[in-house]
Amino acid sequence: MPSVCFYFQVHQPLRIKKYRIFDIGNDHKYFNDHSETNLNNRKILEKVAYKSYLPTNAILLDLLKRYPQFKVSFSLSGVFLDQLEHYAPEVLDSFQKLAHVDETRSSGAARIGVNPRVEILDETYYHSLAFLHSRAEFRKQVDLHRERIIDLFHQEPKVFRNTELIYNNELAKEVERLGYTGILAEGADHVLGWQSPNFIYRPKGTERIKLLLKNYRLSDDIAFRFSSRDWSEYPLTAPKFADWVSAVNGNGTVVNLFMDYETFGEHQWEDTGIFNFLRALPEEILKHPDNNFVTPSEAIHKYPAVAELDIPHFVSWADVERDLSAWLSNPMQHDAMRKLYDMERDVIEAKNDELLEDWRRLQTSDHFYYMCTKWFADGDVHKYFNPYESPYEAFIAYANVLHDLKLRIDDIKRSKENMA
Amino acid sequence: MKVLMFGWEFPPHNSGGLGVACAGLARGLANRGIGITFVLPKKVGVSADFLKIIFADISGIKFREIDSLLSAYATSVSYREIRSRTVSSIYGKGLFEEVMRYALRAYHLAKEEDFDLIHAHDWLSFGAGLAAKAASGKPLIVHVHATEFDRTGGMNINKRVYEIEKEGMEKADAVIAVSQFTKNIIVRHYGIDPNKINVVHNAVDIFEPGHFASELLELKRDGRKIVLFVGRITLQKGPDYFLQAAKKVLEYNSRVLFLVVGSGDMERQLIEQASSLGISDKVLFAGFLRDQELAKVYRVADLYVLPSVSEPFGITTLESLAHGTPVLISRQSGVAEVLSHALKVDFWDIDEMANKIVSVLAYAPLHACLRENGNTEVKKLSWGRSAEQCSGVYNEVMLRERAHTVIA
Repeated sequence: MPSVCFYFQVHQPLRIKKYRIFDIGNDHKYFNDHSETNLNNRKILEKVAYKSYLPTNAILLDLLKRYPQFKVSFSLSGVFLDQLEHYAPEVLDSFQKLAHVDETRSSGAARIGVNPRVEILDETYYHSLAFLHSRAEFRKQVDLHRERIIDLFHQEPKVFRNTELIYNNELAKEVERLGYTGILAEGADHVLGWQSPNFIYRPKGTERIKLLLKNYRLSDDIAFRFSSRDWSEYPLTAPKFADWVSAVNGNGTVVNLFMDYETFGEHQWEDTGIFNFLRALPEEILKHPDNNFVTPSEAIHKYPAVAELDIPHFVSWADVERDLSAWLSNPMQHDAMRKLYDMERDVIEAKNDELLEDWRRLQTSDHFYYMCTKWFADGDVHKYFNPYESPYEAFIAYANVLHDLKLRIDDIKRSKENMA
Repeated sequence: MKVLMFGWEFPPHNSGGLGVACAGLARGLANRGIGITFVLPKKVGVSADFLKIIFADISGIKFREIDSLLSAYATSVSYREIRSRTVSSIYGKGLFEEVMRYALRAYHLAKEEDFDLIHAHDWLSFGAGLAAKAASGKPLIVHVHATEFDRTGGMNINKRVYEIEKEGMEKADAVIAVSQFTKNIIVRHYGIDPNKINVVHNAVDIFEPGHFASELLELKRDGRKIVLFVGRITLQKGPDYFLQAAKKVLEYNSRVLFLVVGSGDMERQLIEQASSLGISDKVLFAGFLRDQELAKVYRVADLYVLPSVSEPFGITTLESLAHGTPVLISRQSGVAEVLSHALKVDFWDIDEMANKIVSVLAYAPLHACLRENGNTEVKKLSWGRSAEQCSGVYNEVMLRERAHTVIA
């Protein structure tokens, strides 16, 4: 002990193009930007695939081959998988290869099966905030995601993680009801208090489901601080990081390293040495005989819950606040979200696949993140990740699209009335 | 430290942002304990006594007047018109003669005054600044609020004005530009060493909210919205783009009034343009407004638009935000550099201008966020902050001057 549990989040939203007032009623293709800007979804996907997904998948495949004890887990959003299928099938292949082939076990020709050392988690298909607004829509999206994962990776997810690690007691209860054995959340100081994220907990009000908490210090050392020259620990080396992990020995059972997969090659560019760090890390961690790797399901199976954890209010892994404010703090965000979910009944009743698909794509959390005005003037991470010039441009495009969606609903209603 | 400053009329006698900037900066510097002798052309009906009243709360500003017909934004044409109405024959026949005469008077004034450095605002006073430098041997800082390239939109540059601007900047010990936008123009078109140019952005003093404009509220009956333009009606300010955008907006929302506040040489052309676009019933020309009347207009408007073709700064933008009205501003402006919580657009992109105007009027939460965040942001842009940056430039120039004196 401790066991290291890696979970990588892999997601790309379908960004809305610069959709103007003139487009309302005339153009129903919201996500097909072809410009050179960062609103071009295909361009972004291809760029990130080249810089991050393909090289990192290759490294992990090699590490899985070299170290039989090495294990990882992924959560891949449905909107991301859809985009891979359309724009970059070779990248989808490389993810499937990781999850399918356990090359250390197969002798001779590679054997298709399920690699137990690569666990795939479930989330909402559209990387949405549906749990906050509609229990029915939330369940539907979890279902859709589950089917997609079984179809692509031949394994049935046992562990759930909600969009941006948004979590509270109610979510844990709901996810337990859906049959999952584990759930992930942010190990935020304000919910843990004196308690450590390096143990397994039982969410308040649940019977069996177990809670894994992100060790945000160690996770963010890699995800955020790795290349920061202002950081006193710069440069971060694999032996140094392995020492920090080993220091948990005796004070915890599992070190949960949860981060965006794009950390490797996209947020931290190749020239920062991030790939070499990743290549060297398993060996360094395994040098300490007490250390090992686990998948989330294994951690849940292996370790008991040490205590009940009561998290009545939502926590997330975003910003210093670790709350919902990145997506829901200003009037634009609240208005857009309310208008979107107010349409739920009409959209479902319209029974129109394209309408339903567009409505769901509009639920992706990133749309609301781009409207965030918190910290905007300070030019921080929100600005870095915003493909729009400002939160106001993001809102204008979104509000105009909602306007168009409303017109489509009205048109369908009218034609149904005429038929009746 | 004592500064001999050549500036222009203060509010309420100004005709644009230059006077506002001179007043704001002088106030901010005086508050920092810098002594200022403020020199300006004497105008009939305005006396130094009056200025003393406006600045009664501030010590350390002294006023000197030079009898001259110069005024901020003077052009050869406007000067000849004023000259023709003047009986006295002491003034120059043309604008450039008057600038020379003003400089000569400045030379003598500089001999009488005690100061450490000279600060001259815009080209009409550069000659005076250089003359004062020659008379005293003290360092000169020229402050560029606009260049000939902004005023003309880059077409039909007046060579003599350009030469005076260039000479002033070359011979000055330091240049202050009101924005990076202006600094870039100075480097590109005047060939001035960028290391010599300091950017000191303009600012706004937040005023106490006055009483609300009830008579203007009538304009908003039946849910009508008001989109505002404030500025001199000249090519530089892009009022024609404003009207083209108005035409587009009205195709999507007919319950909008476009209010044009200001006067200038394009006024007649603009009125005719509104007619030919068929929107003259939706465009109101309010003429030049100031103080309470202008404040009322800012407050009643739903959106302020700055469509300038080339805007060194754009103080009216800050005034609008200070009054709680959100802004849509030209990217070709200095003020765009200091504001995050503003909508921005290229002045020529009429479609995008219309898209953003319609959106702000249609979506209340958008309006609310821009209003709230813009108002918070503008409070950080005080003249005190600009004066601090300006005195930093003073100190640098003085240090260099002393080092130079020691070596010499």
